[in-house]
Amino acid sequence: MGEQKAIEMRGITKRFGSIIANEGVDLEVRRGEILAILGENGSGKTTLMNMLSGIYFPDEGQIFIEGKEVVIRSPKDAFDYKIGMIHQHFKLVDVFTATENIILGMKDEGKYNLKDAASKVQAICDRYGFVIDPQKKIYEMSVSEKQTVEIVKVLFRGADFLILDEPTAVLTPQETEKLFSVLRKMRDDGKSIVIITHKLHEVLALTDRVTVLRKGKFIATVNTKETSESELTEMMVGKKVSLNIDRDDPVDPKDRLIVKHINCRNIEGRKILDDISFTVRSGEILGIAGIAGSGQRELLESIAGLQKLEGGEITYINPANDKAEDLRNKTPMQIRNLGVRLSFVPEDRLGMGLVGNMDIIDNVMLRSYRKGKTVFLERKEPADLAQKIIDDLEVVTPGPTTPVRRLSGGNVQKVLVGREISSAPKVLMVAYPVRGLDINSSYMIYNLLNEQKKNGAAIIFVGEDLDVLVELCDRIMVLNSGKITGIVDGREAVKEEIGLLMTKSDNVKGGNADG
Amino acid sequence: MADNNKPVMTENESGKKVHEPLFHITKKAAIPWQKAWAVRIGSVVAALIVCALVTMLLVHKDPIKIYGTMLSGAFGTSRRIWNLLQGIAMLLCVSLAVTPAFKMRFWNIGGEGQVLIGGLATAACMILLGDKIPNALLIVVMLISSLAAGAIWGLIPAVFKAKWNTNETLFTLMMNYVATQLVAYFVNVWEVPKGSGKIGIINQATRAGWLPVIGKYDYLLNIIVVFVLTFVLYAYLKYSKHGYEIAVVGESENTARYIGINVKKVILRTMILSGAVCGLTGFLLVGSTNHTVTTTIAGGRGFTAIMVSWLAKFNPIFMILTSALLVILEKGAGEIATVYGLNKSFSDILTGIILFFIIGSEFFINYTINFRKAHKEGK
Repeated sequence: MGEQKAIEMRGITKRFGSIIANEGVDLEVRRGEILAILGENGSGKTTLMNMLSGIYFPDEGQIFIEGKEVVIRSPKDAFDYKIGMIHQHFKLVDVFTATENIILGMKDEGKYNLKDAASKVQAICDRYGFVIDPQKKIYEMSVSEKQTVEIVKVLFRGADFLILDEPTAVLTPQETEKLFSVLRKMRDDGKSIVIITHKLHEVLALTDRVTVLRKGKFIATVNTKETSESELTEMMVGKKVSLNIDRDDPVDPKDRLIVKHINCRNIEGRKILDDISFTVRSGEILGIAGIAGSGQRELLESIAGLQKLEGGEITYINPANDKAEDLRNKTPMQIRNLGVRLSFVPEDRLGMGLVGNMDIIDNVMLRSYRKGKTVFLERKEPADLAQKIIDDLEVVTPGPTTPVRRLSGGNVQKVLVGREISSAPKVLMVAYPVRGLDINSSYMIYNLLNEQKKNGAAIIFVGEDLDVLVELCDRIMVLNSGKITGIVDGREAVKEEIGLLMTKSDNVKGGNADG
Repeated sequence: MADNNKPVMTENESGKKVHEPLFHITKKAAIPWQKAWAVRIGSVVAALIVCALVTMLLVHKDPIKIYGTMLSGAFGTSRRIWNLLQGIAMLLCVSLAVTPAFKMRFWNIGGEGQVLIGGLATAACMILLGDKIPNALLIVVMLISSLAAGAIWGLIPAVFKAKWNTNETLFTLMMNYVATQLVAYFVNVWEVPKGSGKIGIINQATRAGWLPVIGKYDYLLNIIVVFVLTFVLYAYLKYSKHGYEIAVVGESENTARYIGINVKKVILRTMILSGAVCGLTGFLLVGSTNHTVTTTIAGGRGFTAIMVSWLAKFNPIFMILTSALLVILEKGAGEIATVYGLNKSFSDILTGIILFFIIGSEFFINYTINFRKAHKEGK
């Protein structure tokens, strides 16, 4: 094993319009190793791997497998070279069983035989320690089970090289550990595994070697044993950064938003929020943890006036006069007219928070365009604000009249957050504010939140990275299938405890905010 | 991996030559507008060359002469030029009408019916009130009722869309047929003389309800009205709060709800506007151009307007150009059909080729095709 080059990419370049996704990247994968491709968001990790799995075709450069030059034109070609990729977004048919999904699209030599296939699937599972029920339908599965099906699918097709794109982004700490153990077993079986990630502790815990990319360029490949977290960060970002998030004690916390017993159903009539009660106080950050789709979005939208509720109360205490305002079942307009200073950075930035085809000025204007008595728009003030946001938050853009969809993810988020905090909110709700952002932008967002906290805003922070939640938040509330399973103190919480609250399925008791 | 019935691919590959695909397509960066326009003009030239080849191969005529005839069909005499301008104005007017709806991503393909119903309302006023009330008042009543009729025709599908989220494309399309049948019915009711199956020129003797003629130019009023309307609508869409709301609703209903725009209200309001401007077109067609109403008075403009609006990327000022292009092509094509005794289908072929190239040019503005490089072929 060891030193043998199984796959080699040489001088790979890929452009999308004026954007260079990869430039002259060299990469080497050996037999029987776990290689990490490490880089910030937008550094070209996924693009590079997509060229190996036949989704994109490189503009320049060569690919060698076992020393021979090959051309990979389509995912089918990739499979012929035994390369399989597990994408971040699963590509499964919901109403089919695991086995049906696994054999879907295979050219079957001979008869279509589900029973045979099911036993083969079982054999693969036993070999590496996967736990799935081959007869279970996809829509009944958890995210981690779906991921398992995807991995088994590529193994079933005989892949020797597995590429996993950010596999732990959607997993709890416990599920992550389980995934790592099967990956190690597969490596020991002689398979080569490439994992795309930006999480340093995972790189250190799992891999043999690390290839670092920055802004589409190859930086270095190092042996995991011989490196450290700070060295890797420096290679990733290009300069030294400190990885500590500040957390001051809340100053003079007062109840600002009181939510009592709210319930909400989705279109299919399933209960998506189940008897939710909690309090947010001024000058503190309340974190919300939970597996994706546990009701986080609906909870924030309920407070913002975008969801219809069945019963319960949402009360806002106005700091100006200590008057309680009932926000339940009010429209966003009515809430604003009550003088409630509520800002909301939604999860779907370009689909809800901003309009992708409009420029920065028009997007900044979204909140304030009604100002003025004439029927015409007043663009002067928004233009000044847009310029201020660009300057203060270091938004990289050709100018304030560039459509926001042309900006990178981090800069889009800066525009959105900049607009939302420009009104000096008393309640600030942010959903996954650093998703897809590079390290520098992420820290800038954390600092902005801390600044708002200092200004006395009550902040609700929905996050997915538990490391960040326990470092940033004063309290952390855990949602699990629309119920609160616990509210813990951020200074004392441990990740594993939160992970358990995220997944435990019985004995769910209604949480209480006075933790 | 479970089976060994698949040979190891790398061994198989040894005999095969390595080939890059012949070409692959990549997205271009934004190119300067001068270059984009050069590509567009180039596409028109290319279209004319292809049209010439087709002409020579299919009908064995001299293409230069054919083009000359097309031009003279559009611009040959001052009468033709006035006809052309009037045609452009009417097409532009319907295009302006459907554009706010399109910007809202409300696919109003019922322009045809909205124009017809506006025209019918105008004709009804002329027939029923002609010579009974003062002429100036009559014209005001005609205007109001045509605007209202068009607005109602636009509002009905909008109400269903806003309340029950019905499909506006089908709904507005069906409303066209209803409008056509209504016009057919009233043509029978008001036919002059009885049994002729048409209304004929309304109030020919008294000219009651005929819109005033500026100087001796019959169509000048229409042209001026539409020209002014173009800039009004441009300002409405670009600089007014309503226009901004339309853009937000069109781009993302979720964003609109998030910032507190009443989406239903915007849909209703915009369709009232869209229908009313269609109604205005009907008013101009009946009150000024034709002085009668028939089921074909809209002449397919409700559908052609969709193309005008899209080609101009919903910009009212550019729509002057695109509507002119389409009307010139149509008039020129009609002329070659008569002069050379060619089937009308032939002129449709030419129009189709030209439009194909113009629309296709957008692909070359946005994408590049990379061909296999020669140096890679080292065998």
